[in-house]
Parts: sequence; structure tokens; C-alpha cells
Amino acid sequence: MKTGRTIPQAKRILSNRLMWAACLGATTIAVLVLSALLITIAIEGTGALSWSFLTSFASRKPAQAGIIAPLMGSIWVCAICAIVAIPVGIGTAIYLEEYARRSRIKSLIQLNISNLSGVPSIVYGILALVAFVRFFGIRSADDAWTFGNAESIFYLQIPFGPSVIAGGLTLALVVLPIMIISSQEALRSVPQSLRQAALALGSTQWQVVWHVTLPAALPTIMTGAILSMSRAIGEAAPLLVIGGFLLVFQTPANLMSDFTVLPLQIYNWAGRPQSDFHKIAAAAIIVQLVVLLAFNTIAIIIRQKLQRPLQS
Amino acid sequence: MQQNNMKHDAQPRLLRTLAKCSAFIVLASTASILVAANQDAPVNLAAMKGSIRIDGSSTVYPITEAVAEEFSKVAPKVNVTVGISGTGGGFKRFCAGETAISDASRPITPSEVALAATNKIEFIEIPIAYDALSIVVNPKNDWMKSVSVAQLKQIYSTGGPKTWKEIDPTWPDRAMKIYSPGTDSGTFDYFKEAIVGKEGKVRSDISVSEDDNVLVLGVSGDQDAIGFFGLAYFEENKDKLRSVPVIGASGSPVAAQTSTVNDGTYPLSRPLFIYVNSKSASKPEVVAFIEFYLNKADALIGEVGYVILPADILAKSNANWKARRLGTQFVKDDKKVDGSFSTIYK
Repeated sequence: MKTGRTIPQAKRILSNRLMWAACLGATTIAVLVLSALLITIAIEGTGALSWSFLTSFASRKPAQAGIIAPLMGSIWVCAICAIVAIPVGIGTAIYLEEYARRSRIKSLIQLNISNLSGVPSIVYGILALVAFVRFFGIRSADDAWTFGNAESIFYLQIPFGPSVIAGGLTLALVVLPIMIISSQEALRSVPQSLRQAALALGSTQWQVVWHVTLPAALPTIMTGAILSMSRAIGEAAPLLVIGGFLLVFQTPANLMSDFTVLPLQIYNWAGRPQSDFHKIAAAAIIVQLVVLLAFNTIAIIIRQKLQRPLQS
Repeated sequence: MQQNNMKHDAQPRLLRTLAKCSAFIVLASTASILVAANQDAPVNLAAMKGSIRIDGSSTVYPITEAVAEEFSKVAPKVNVTVGISGTGGGFKRFCAGETAISDASRPITPSEVALAATNKIEFIEIPIAYDALSIVVNPKNDWMKSVSVAQLKQIYSTGGPKTWKEIDPTWPDRAMKIYSPGTDSGTFDYFKEAIVGKEGKVRSDISVSEDDNVLVLGVSGDQDAIGFFGLAYFEENKDKLRSVPVIGASGSPVAAQTSTVNDGTYPLSRPLFIYVNSKSASKPEVVAFIEFYLNKADALIGEVGYVILPADILAKSNANWKARRLGTQFVKDDKKVDGSFSTIYK
């Protein structure tokens, strides 16, 4: 502050109070909207929740309809998405932050990743339809290369067709940019002095990454993973494009199984004329929220286990 | 089960009466009908395996959903999956050989037939039911007692009237709110062709939604609104909307209901189809499913709000399947066949 220009005490206190009120207001709006949403869903949906709702297949009669197929479908697809997107995302971030030198190519890649995170998910669906479902048309669907027995868990078919693995890879594409960017931010927030100290002790670049940078960044990376998975589990559009089905009477048995997911089922039920279907749609939303919480709990547990304080 | 021994075209009426007096008995005896119908090649549905991929129209979806649900009860090991990519989207996948059966709310087009041909896909066309479009207005609308096809064309064409008075001087001088299903739906395609015509254009200053619930909400909340959608949707929302009788070729207003659709007097009805890939039609699980579909359709179509085909067309439909007749009746020499469905399918 330069000499002489002091802000009067009263004004400072006033602006402090105003900003406090504004921030509180912003929080209240967000919480109110969220709780209104949750409360209406809970009121409408809890009546329809039951064990048989969780364990039966879909039905044209709302009272008999259940969500086992979309529930298992969502779990399979999101698990595949996590297995693919999290390591690839972290790997890319490590390369870009720790290894890549400043160059035109690096900034080009960086720019593209930022752009991709804003691309509508349906566009990834179109890409995945060509790449994963049809394998660029090298082989038609009714005469695919098959490996293994159709009933074994290791059954594989090329092209994949509209199967759980195609769905999981599609969602992995959708969330990869988010995963990469958040992991990069996490790595960037690790103090440079830690790396320098490790390097000064004679560590190789990889030893620095594995023993110093990554453990320090992991909590934030897991937060990014939580956000990515939350996005993945809510996606319906790209899965509709790759030809995800709506009505399925079997839970996935292997990577080649046909599947449906919770958002698709909710979308369909909510769009029906009978109000009973709207009730079970609300119940399905509750189940989806629980599944999401379960996924996030796993991420949080991993975070707690791996977290090591920087000073010790 | 004496009807199983009769000729196939006698079955529908018998089944229908049966269904009316006791749907339950029909449900319970389906498995035995099927086994009996295939006496020359006995099939054990409970042990049958395989998968059947179905995609296509969301209008046909409720029927296929009901059939698939019942089928999966008798043949639990056959994995039936049904999608709703829309009639056009469904045909794209069907013509690429990705699905065994395609649901369609309009006949296959010449370009889709050509696409199937380039991919060496042959198919069997089976009409399954009628769907009727209801013209709906707000219950408070007491002036529109009936509407002619010409007036509908006026309302939905580009440069159409802004107020009710412009259509009929006795109607109020208030702005109309016009609603329509999404342009990707088979419902819109059908309405455009039947009302506005091939050459005409549907006006752009109307409210369009892919979600029929939005249309119901819109029309039920506005005295000056008009819209259209499938009869099944109107039946579910009878208390909120009023259906307007339509004046067609006969010159007198006809209400949208099962009887008028069936005798062909209601001008806004359309047939619904399933298309079966001929390669898939050699698989036992697909054969069982289609036979099941044709046998059960009578009971289930009414239940989900559609109209059963007249007996003569149904017989033709069954015969198409029995003979595995390839191709469509709606495309000849790469051109669309003109004429109404009932004349083409006679």
C-alpha cells in the first residue's frame, strides 16, 4: 500500500461483511437447488424402491419392472472406463508434466486436450461407433473374428459391436481429457523443491516420479478421478450413438455382452406417458446416486490409504 | 388347442376372442401354442440359447418390449435386446447387418433398400399393427369441433395462419400455439407426408419436442394450443387433452379410435412393421421369436395401446413370414410404390 491512501476502517469492515454475505448466498443457492432436486426425487422414488426392483429385469408393467440389467451394465461399463481412463490419464499427465520438454508439439497436444474436454460427448459416441463398434468396417458384424467360447468370461470378438467393452472405451474417451487435465494440475501443485531434492540425491527421473511426485499428487489426482467417474456414470448420449440397447434381459457375462445403462433406462422411463413409470424413474435415479457414491467411496478410500503428508 | 390345427388365417379372430374373454388363459397357454404350432420341428424353448438384437422405432418399441418380455419368460436363455435408435437409425444398423430385427414406424425407403443390397442383406417385411395419430387440443378449446385434412395442412405448412380466425372466421381471433413431435421421429415423417405433402414444408415457427410428455404438457397448459402424436399417448392422457375428429376423404368427421382405424375411415393411421434379416431368420431362436411375436401380437398390441391389423392383412403378414418372402412391397424398381397401405398389402 502506498503512503497516505488508507481505506477507512468502517469501509473495510463493510466490504468484508458484504463479501461474506455474497459467498454465503452463492453456497445457499447451490445447496437449495441440489436439496430440492434430491428431496423431490426421494419423495417420488422411495416408494418404488424394493429388493425386487433391484433384482428384476425391465417390464412394460411398472409394478414388475426392475433395474438389474442397467445397474449391472452401468457397473461393468464404468469399471472398464475407470480401468482404462485412470492409468492412461495419469500416464499422459506424467509425460506432459515431468518428461516432455517445452516444444511446439507439446503445446499443440496441450491445446488439443483442453479443447477435447469441451467437445460434446455425443461426438465421442460417433468416433467410438466407427472405431470400437465397427473397427473401421474391416469386418462385418455377422462374420466377426471370434476368440474363445461365447459363454466364457474371456470371450472376445472383433469388431466389438455394441458391447460392454465398446461402451466402457467410449466413456473412457469422454472422460480422458478431464482426467488428464486434473492430473496435470495435481502434478503441477507439487513443490519443485521436492523434485530437486530427490534429483540432488541421485534419483532417476522415474524414481522421482514414482517415489516423490506421484505420491504427493495422488490425493488431488483421485479427486479428478472422482469427477471423471461422476461424468461417466451419467452419460447416455454417446452410448445411445454406439447402439447401446434399452431392453436387455441378461446381465453382462463377459466383455462382449450387450448392455444397457441406468441413464438410458431413466431417460426412457421418464419419457413414458404413465406416471407410474416416472416413479420408477425416480427410484432408478436414487440407485444411480448410490452407485456413484459407491464408486467415489472406493476412490476416497484409495486416497486415504495412499495419502502421505509432505512433511514427515 | 384345436385352433392350432386350423389354417393360419383363421387364427387371429379366434385368438382375439379368446384374448378378450380371458387374456390370462392365452398368456398361460402361449408356450403350448408355440410348441404345438411347430409340431413338425419340436423346439424346447426353455433350453434354447442365442441372442437376438433388435433396434429401431421408439413407436414400435412398446410392442416389441411386451413381446420380448413375454418371450424371455418362456425362453430365459435367449438374450433378446431391444434398442430405440428411431426408424431411420435402426435401418442404418439393420442394413449393416448389426441387428437381426428392425422395428419401423414406416416402410423401408428405396435408399435403405439399396444400402441393404450393397451390404448383401436380405430381409422379410412383416406388418404388425396400426398406429393412429391423434390431433389434440386443450379441453377448454370449444370451437374446434372437427378439423379437415386441408385445414391441418394449412396450419402446419410454411406461412400458415397465426390466429385461429384465419382458418375459420367463427373461431377466436387469438394466436395459435402449434406443437409437433421431433423431426427425427417416424411420427413426424408420417404426418409431414400425409398432411403437408412431399413437396410442402412444415413451418418452422412451431414448438418441437422429441419428448411426447412435453407436448402433452404444452397442449394441456394452453387454451390456444394444438398438437399431434400417437393414439396410445392420447389414451394415457385423456383427462388432460381433447382429441379432434378429422375430416378425410369421406367428408364427415371421424374420431380416432380402434374401430375407425381398423375399417380404414380414420385418415391419420399408419402401419407399423418389423423387418427380419433373412440370414437371422434361419436361426432357431429368431424363428421362435417371430412365431411368438405373430401369435402374441393380438393380445399385446391392444394392451400397449395400438390397433390390431384387419384379418386379411394379418393373414398376408403371416404368409410373408411363413414363405420367408424377401424384400418389401413398398419399393419397386428403386422407386417408392404409391398408394395406401391397405391397397398395397391386399
